[in-house]
Amino acid sequence: MGAIVEFLHSIPIDLLIIQTVNGIVTGMILALVASGLTLIFGIMDVVNFAHGELFMLGAYMGVIAFAMTGSFWLALALAALIIGIFGAALQILTLRPLIGRDPLNTILATFGISLVLQNYALWQFGPVARKMSEPISAEFTLFYLQYPWYRIVIALISGAIIGALYLFLKFNKFGVWIRATTQDRVMAQAMGIPVPWVYTGVFALGAAMAAASGVLFAPFGGVDSSMGLQWVLEAFIVVVVGGMGNLGGSVVAAIFISLLEAYAAVWLNPSQAVIASFIVLILTLLFRPTGLFAVPK
Amino acid sequence: MSEQATSAEPLVRVEDVHTYYGKSHVLHGVSLTVGAGEVVGLLGRNGVGKSTTLKTIMGLVQPTQGAVTLSGRAITGLPPHKLARLGVGYVPEDRRIFRLLTVMENLRTGLDRKGVTEDTRKTLLDKVFAYFPVLAERRAQAGGTLSGGEQQMLAIARAMMLEPKIILLDEPTEGLMPRMVSQIGHIIEALHREGISILLVEQNVPLTLAASQRVYIMEKGNVRHHCAASELDVHDAVIKQYLGV
Amino acid sequence: MRTEASTDAGSPADARGAASSPLLKTELLSVKFGGLAALSEVNFELGRDEIRAVIGPNGAGKSTFFNCLTGVLRPTGGRIIFDGQEITGLRSNVISQRGIARSYQITNILPNATALENVRIAAQSRRHAWNMIAHHDAFADINQRAEAALQSVGLLAKAHEMGANLSHGEQRNLEIGIALATEPKLLCLDEPTAGMSAAETNETKELIGRIAKDLTILIVEHDMEVVMELCDRITVLHYGQILAEGTPEEIQANPRVLEVYLKT
Repeated sequence: MGAIVEFLHSIPIDLLIIQTVNGIVTGMILALVASGLTLIFGIMDVVNFAHGELFMLGAYMGVIAFAMTGSFWLALALAALIIGIFGAALQILTLRPLIGRDPLNTILATFGISLVLQNYALWQFGPVARKMSEPISAEFTLFYLQYPWYRIVIALISGAIIGALYLFLKFNKFGVWIRATTQDRVMAQAMGIPVPWVYTGVFALGAAMAAASGVLFAPFGGVDSSMGLQWVLEAFIVVVVGGMGNLGGSVVAAIFISLLEAYAAVWLNPSQAVIASFIVLILTLLFRPTGLFAVPK
Repeated sequence: MSEQATSAEPLVRVEDVHTYYGKSHVLHGVSLTVGAGEVVGLLGRNGVGKSTTLKTIMGLVQPTQGAVTLSGRAITGLPPHKLARLGVGYVPEDRRIFRLLTVMENLRTGLDRKGVTEDTRKTLLDKVFAYFPVLAERRAQAGGTLSGGEQQMLAIARAMMLEPKIILLDEPTEGLMPRMVSQIGHIIEALHREGISILLVEQNVPLTLAASQRVYIMEKGNVRHHCAASELDVHDAVIKQYLGV
Repeated sequence: MRTEASTDAGSPADARGAASSPLLKTELLSVKFGGLAALSEVNFELGRDEIRAVIGPNGAGKSTFFNCLTGVLRPTGGRIIFDGQEITGLRSNVISQRGIARSYQITNILPNATALENVRIAAQSRRHAWNMIAHHDAFADINQRAEAALQSVGLLAKAHEMGANLSHGEQRNLEIGIALATEPKLLCLDEPTAGMSAAETNETKELIGRIAKDLTILIVEHDMEVVMELCDRITVLHYGQILAEGTPEEIQANPRVLEVYLKT
């Protein structure tokens, strides 16, 4: 009994609160990355292994656009637009011909694209990480830290983008097209919906979202050709835990996993804290493989 | 039985079409026509290729041989979404409405086309709600919560949103209660009065003979009999041969 | 179509009991999916060496019936008795070992194996070969049985042809051959002539007629010519119940059956 009380006293409450804020912030960025991934999977049945590279290229585009325009917000919009168009081109050239074939084909194709893009970035931009400065340098005091306002702003922007996506899917004409195509591809075509273009549009949308997350994350750490790898791994875990194709589930799962890792980092070192997400993944697959937050139909 | 005496090209012409599912040779050279404003029945037992004929016309399966034309223009090989925009509506067996979309959203998938003005939208919706008042009541309900008969109505209404020249109707009365069956008959009549052509695949012989101007009877992937519906009676030997036991 | 009358119900042979007891019997067989009764208390009897067809309009319950008999589906009520033993709810591999073989509506052969290999795998299933070292050619009896099965379905000449290279008709017949190789007591054929041309249908019809000696056959078919010419008796299902049973002539003359088919 005494040992428990001692343990409870030793929990650093202020550190936990700081980690909660950190967890939510990274969680929101992860949610944005994962939303794009789950959208692409839920609607097109494509497991996009190149998603992390779209994130990475988005970050690079952001760095370049920022250098040219001096505005972070403009850089964000431009990067999302450019990578969105790039994603559309990629889908038309490499994935459209594979529609209807064994899913293994698309997995291999996106995996191949990921390797090509990583090495292209390395060749084009060199091995030295780029830096991008925050758009808002103001900070506020959180316990003993000077916590940058920027991080809060990032979380809010991610939330806003995901919210906009939700509204788009629910009310917009193309959103209805996308939902109809997800439910019954054949009848969507029979209703005049140009399904091949819906797929291209969805892939472009997912790519743009990945790129936006890349730009939002860029000021946190450096931008280098392999930054996509860790994010895509976590994003896949989020997609599985949240339920494939389940947008709301991805958001909840992303925050859940990020919080878990953030808390684990209090006691373990950060690279070990990742173990927390893997444990959640394994447990999900064992007991609720359709996703912890999957809505039963 | 002779075709219409005019030299006008029929609205839909299927010419010597062969269709395979993998290695299974399902259509062995099917030929038929549907004139503008005509209701044509396609009868036959299970498995003879009636649904496959409709799917071939709609571009859902590609024939290996033969041609399909719409108003004289070749449409073989066109993808289904182009055919929908050219005015071919499709109501499949088992309805296949979008279960997770509301009734209104289901209808929207046909309304949200290029060139549809606000007025046209309103007119089409009003028309369809007049035909099917129950859909107006349930317009905000998810398609999957509707009963079988209501889903069938929604499937037909959805096709009507395309302002089609022809509707391909696949066994609309299957699994429906007798009261709904006669309602389907009335709907087909009403569509016919509007000048929409219908290619009706059915196993319900009395309904088909009553609703159609001409009928084709298929067996084992081929058209075996073709005549005016008025020349046939449900007790005829030909009906017994191809549809009975 | 055969002319032996020994197994017709009501014949003097029946009175003698055991020798002509039914090969297959169902008692109050029911299958309910939620609120829907796919099969409703079906009492069905199949005599030995009969060729029986099960027909009926869409949704009548024919596939459900077959699936129960072959262990693919578990009935929600009633019993199935095969050759004197209860087989209700047994798994399909067990039922196969008991002597019921089935061919499927969608061709199920192995495309990357030869015709002989396809059939041999089925022939092997009838005997446990613990010997893992000997070459497969060493099991003469299995090879013989496989070749005999191919012979019965007229595919011996194509024994070494890849499954994928056979024509559709040949593949459907190979499917029957695979079922035969298990030396079943009851052969269940699910739409054997589906997707066939008139010529192929004829061939398959003759094939079934030939293999019907010493074998009891149950067929689900839509092709009425095949049904009427091949079968001793026909069972008509409608909404999960037996509507009528009798010889082809009796069924053709039955006005209720015609009504149900034409929806009058």
